[in-house]
Amino acid sequence: MNNFKVMMNGIVKENPTFVLLLGMCPTLGTTSSAINGMGMGLATMFVLICSNVVISAIKNLIPDMVRIPSFIVVIASFVTLLQMIMQAYVPALYATLGLFIPLIVVNCIVLGRAEAFAAKNTPVASFFDGLGMGLGFTLALTLLGAMREFLGTGKVFNLTLLPEEYGMLVFVLAPGAFIALGYLIALINSLKKN
Amino acid sequence: MKKLESSLKNMLLVLTGVTAISVALLAYVNELTKGPIEQANAKTLSDAVSAVVPGFDNDPIAEKKMQKVNDVEYAVYPATKDGKFIGAAVEASSMGFGGELKVLVGFDSEGNIIDYSLLSHAETPGLGSKAADWFKEGNKGSIKGQNPGNAPLTVSKDGGQIDAITASTITSRAFLNAVNAAYSAYAGQNTSDAVTGATKKVVEPAEEAASEAVDSISNK
Repeated sequence: MNNFKVMMNGIVKENPTFVLLLGMCPTLGTTSSAINGMGMGLATMFVLICSNVVISAIKNLIPDMVRIPSFIVVIASFVTLLQMIMQAYVPALYATLGLFIPLIVVNCIVLGRAEAFAAKNTPVASFFDGLGMGLGFTLALTLLGAMREFLGTGKVFNLTLLPEEYGMLVFVLAPGAFIALGYLIALINSLKKN
Repeated sequence: MKKLESSLKNMLLVLTGVTAISVALLAYVNELTKGPIEQANAKTLSDAVSAVVPGFDNDPIAEKKMQKVNDVEYAVYPATKDGKFIGAAVEASSMGFGGELKVLVGFDSEGNIIDYSLLSHAETPGLGSKAADWFKEGNKGSIKGQNPGNAPLTVSKDGGQIDAITASTITSRAFLNAVNAAYSAYAGQNTSDAVTGATKKVVEPAEEAASEAVDSISNK
């Protein structure tokens, strides 16, 4: 399988949010605006790429029975690393995403890709898989965030498209996340059928 | 290379090794980012202080004092110009709708509110999070120029003079409670040189909001 195909697989065919339905907690929690969704997506992508590469590089050194704890330690290290770096250099984004960054550790996509892909493939292929999955996740979260922000406040990326009075607040709140995600998945499924 | 066998010795060695490397790496990065993180936090604070009490020529953060009111400590950043006291920024917090609401309020030397800055909050995005601008100048709920020493600030629904954020009465109450608490710390700071300090106006903290919280949850 060539690397480009591996990457596109993550973005389109096995999009983590719209097709695999993995990592729903940060998906629903952080997408109250497009910029938050994108930030969360990029943070997850960073962890995905790093953990994928490292895990596939050390996969032969890890006995099967302790692979899950080893993977988790690798993933958790990268998340903590990311957290410290974000806190130091992008404090504003860290302040909005704060709680959700440590939760990347338990994001199903990261461990899922480690187990399903990185543990069986070369580091280069794993890099592209992480990149593809990460981009797919980022794309999905940005899309969902933009949709919720637009419907809820009439803005996208803080640009006012409609006066705020037309916004339906429910879309910014938690229930709106479920509604918007449901419609997005339905739309993508129907697009894929045709 | 062949995969390592799952013997007890291998498992122990690998797990210890993986954790040891991670710990070393994290310790190293922690050292590396410690300085920048402190700088970033200090910058956020100093930006907020200069925004709420403009025009000082001292270093309010270096002259920070802790002021105790009703057993709660507040950080007070006094601002002076040419050695004269021109006001202070006070950090105060209260429980909002989604968690702690931390606010920095700037007072001039008479106790009038110059400006405020929301340092951190966990309010609902799109509703309570509007507190970041709602109470600023030009908006309906502006607290600028108000003096909580004359009467504690309350939302108009509770008979006060400040318009609450639409559909976020709890956040508004919490915000005003924090502002009132900041004022009491500010007032206490002024009188702390005097012998008694008994004249300071102490403002009732959050409890009063609790009784009405039930009916306003439906507003939320």
